[in-house]
Amino acid sequence: MTLLALDRLTVRRGDCPVVDGVTLDIAGGELVGLIGPNGAGKTTLLRGALGLLPAAGFSSLAALPAAARARHAAWLPQNREIAWPVTVRDLVALGRIAHGAPDPDHPAVDRALAEMGLVPLAGRRATELSGGEQARALIARALAQEAPLVIADEPVAGLDPAAQIATMQVFGGLARSGRGILVSMHDLGLAARHCTRILVLHRGRLVADGAPADVLAPALLAAVFGIRAHLEQAADGLVVQPVALAEAP
Amino acid sequence: MRQPLLLGLLAGLVAALFVASLAVGPAGIGLRGSLAALVAGGDGPAPLILREIRLPRALLGLLIGAGLGLSGAALQGFLRNPLAEPGLIGVSSSAALGAVVAIYSGASAAFALALPVFALAGALLGVLAILALAGAAARTLTLILAGVAVSALAAALTSLVLNLSSNPYAAGEIVFWMMGSLADRSMLHVAIAAPFILAGGIALLTLGRGLDALTLGEDAAASLGIGLAAMRLRLVLGIAAVVGAATAVAGAVGFVGLVVPHLLRSATGARPARLLWASALGGAAVVLAADVATRVIAPERDLKLGVLTALVGAPFFLHLIRKTAREAA
Repeated sequence: MTLLALDRLTVRRGDCPVVDGVTLDIAGGELVGLIGPNGAGKTTLLRGALGLLPAAGFSSLAALPAAARARHAAWLPQNREIAWPVTVRDLVALGRIAHGAPDPDHPAVDRALAEMGLVPLAGRRATELSGGEQARALIARALAQEAPLVIADEPVAGLDPAAQIATMQVFGGLARSGRGILVSMHDLGLAARHCTRILVLHRGRLVADGAPADVLAPALLAAVFGIRAHLEQAADGLVVQPVALAEAP
Repeated sequence: MRQPLLLGLLAGLVAALFVASLAVGPAGIGLRGSLAALVAGGDGPAPLILREIRLPRALLGLLIGAGLGLSGAALQGFLRNPLAEPGLIGVSSSAALGAVVAIYSGASAAFALALPVFALAGALLGVLAILALAGAAARTLTLILAGVAVSALAAALTSLVLNLSSNPYAAGEIVFWMMGSLADRSMLHVAIAAPFILAGGIALLTLGRGLDALTLGEDAAASLGIGLAAMRLRLVLGIAAVVGAATAVAGAVGFVGLVVPHLLRSATGARPARLLWASALGGAAVVLAADVATRVIAPERDLKLGVLTALVGAPFFLHLIRKTAREAA
């Protein structure tokens, strides 16, 4: 089932298109990694698709009324803001605002806490947790929203390697349970290993869309990222390790 | 603490302080006498004092305290900043300017209600200026900067009026008025302030869900279906009505909107929506208590309410800064 459809989505800043005519579909069961260098327009694309920025072209999500949009897609911004020292349970319950009041005793809150392994931390103040625990609590908040589509902006930035892998595994599990997941990221190795599909954004345009092994080829890595990488097809997936800047052509 | 218990305790405290406010005063009518006079009515001196002097004072303390506490909680929640204060959006300074113009021009001497009416007009002009400067759909930072600008302009104009005032009595009156007080207010003052404070207060109380969502930041709140532009407009108009009306009848009563939400934040589990009701009750309790204290501490000296709240509030503010610095370290 298609959960997100973009058709020639364009976001301009002044006269300059930051996102330029992006067309794509995302279905349930996919874990889609959106990669691209700094300034490629990843965050702008995600926010435009969510209807948080005025955009030209079509986004099936932005076309929905705000309340329906909130029940269809959960959005995890990059900054992971937790403004007040609320308990983890109350934080997770904020996801229920998409359905009305943030009820901390709603079964969806218990399920989200359990799914993210947060039951022992439920009574702790969210602001006192480690970065990795906060990231998990915020993902649980998105789960409590019970939206079929989860869109996350650099959800693994700033996390230690174990938390990065754990987070990607959580997203993988969510995708296998039928949700559609779209995450922007910088770590090509993690993207190659965990995503079922990779989108490459370069100067606002979608330049590649496909399985990691098909997309992450030396020519693309040199042209888009300006790097040379060690690529190896291991038994359990593709390994990508950037090693040097690409030589100028 | 469980929410109903906390609100029950605060409501009980407010009720007790309201009764205390009715029972304390230079006329020396005690607790039982006050309540009897108020309930029985009649034309004797005691019922008259209660109806005309003490009841309006207690009602204004209740309304203004609740309004200031609620405004502070709403603004802090919206800005996600525990140091935000309702005066930040410039309405109290512009209301003060209106009042000062009323005193300076002699309008308040000719017609007693000119002062609150001018002050309300000042508040209205202030909020219109902010909305014109920032635009109704402005981003939060633009809104705050507009508030700071309007506040600075109003303060400068107030200074100009004081500077140009050739009448030392008018200047003295302006200075005393700006200290903030509930003394010698009538039921007419209540009638002027109450509709604005109640309407603004109701507008602010409806913001709870959006304020809760803003715990996650503006982008995440918007993605949860919260309309931020509409919310911002309701917040500004609500605070303008409450703070404008409060300043119009009582002058500047500082620190209540800053300190009360702080005192109650942890008891409400730091949830912004819960803090709204708690801060309204807490603000009412603080202003009623401070107003009773002005009468008890210096019965013959007319100690100003705003001076007392600032004297208690400023050290508390310093304590907050130190605590914030320690937590950041």
